[in-house]
Amino acid sequence: MVWEVGEVTFRPEHELHNRRFSRNLGVGLSLSVFIALIFALTVVKITKEGKMKYNADEAVQVEVQ
Amino acid sequence: MMSDIRTYEQPREAGFGDYVQLLKPRVMSLVVFTALVGLLVAPVSVHPVVAMASILFIALGAGASGALNMWWDADIDAVMRRTAKRPVPAGKVEAGEALGLGMALSGISIVMLALASNWLAAGLLTFTIFFYAVIYSMWLKRSTPQNIVIGGAAGAFPPMIGWVAATGSISLEAVLMFALIFMWTPPHFWALALFMKEDYSNAGVPMLTVTHGLRATRKHIWVYTVLLAPVAVGAAFTRIGGPTYLAASLVLNGWFLWGAWRIWHRDDIVAETDNYVVEKLVFRFSLYYLFLHFGALLAEAALRPYGLGGW
Repeated sequence: MVWEVGEVTFRPEHELHNRRFSRNLGVGLSLSVFIALIFALTVVKITKEGKMKYNADEAVQVEVQ
Repeated sequence: MMSDIRTYEQPREAGFGDYVQLLKPRVMSLVVFTALVGLLVAPVSVHPVVAMASILFIALGAGASGALNMWWDADIDAVMRRTAKRPVPAGKVEAGEALGLGMALSGISIVMLALASNWLAAGLLTFTIFFYAVIYSMWLKRSTPQNIVIGGAAGAFPPMIGWVAATGSISLEAVLMFALIFMWTPPHFWALALFMKEDYSNAGVPMLTVTHGLRATRKHIWVYTVLLAPVAVGAAFTRIGGPTYLAASLVLNGWFLWGAWRIWHRDDIVAETDNYVVEKLVFRFSLYYLFLHFGALLAEAALRPYGLGGW
């Protein structure tokens, strides 16, 4: 079955298109999860290092006093 | 008028699921579980995000080695009934794609594990991928009946990597978790090979059942199960063990030894007549055996904060 709207023709979706869509969706979701994980890791690492540096600075200040 | 009809067989374009299948998701689930236990039983606290990322990249590395294995073994996978439906022999994914995916995921998983945890864990993951893809798949699998014995090391590394990701070093506990899977692998796969003998024979894979026969394989299963028991029970007396693990391990090893004994003393004709019922039972049990051992280790770690786990 073919729908015609003005000059644009819509063809019914082939099974191949569904498979391509599922593949693109899978890749897209995987990349999104990867990016979110990198972001979360970065936040955790920076926060941890920041805390360690703060503690080290405090220890130095106590020693100086 | 005669019509000239020509048909062209177009290669079936792979879906996302076909690429996931390349990573051997069932093996990956076991890797995730054992690596997670290795990480959680370690005597240090790890940030949940770091822990989750580490486990994910260990699993991804294991998946990458699975894809490399499917690329290399496509010819024999096509011959074996058990593996004929894998994406490459089934014609869903090209062998080159499996190679590309395996190489890319190997690189990503190693670098990311190093950044998430430490370089020792990443180094062990690199060695694991190399061991499974090159030492086992390319070399041992087709050349020696000891393929399973040595190749089992590849599957034994994940809990050790999990432990190293948490602690940054290798200790006795990590070695014992490695040894548990390493010693478990031969009786597990030989039990499978007993009732899948023809598969390996057709593919020309020199499994013990093909090169030395069923009787020798039955004896080997018994010997390796005997050697496995002290390793499994021994872990109970380390920092990661405790009474819960000891009780579980004694029961599981008792049952496994009983099954291996029955396999050893079974007649090949009887086994073929009853369709290898004991061998299939022991094979299935061996999966629970490993799962429950690591589950017991996890239970010990979970009970420890309440003063119930450990000695």
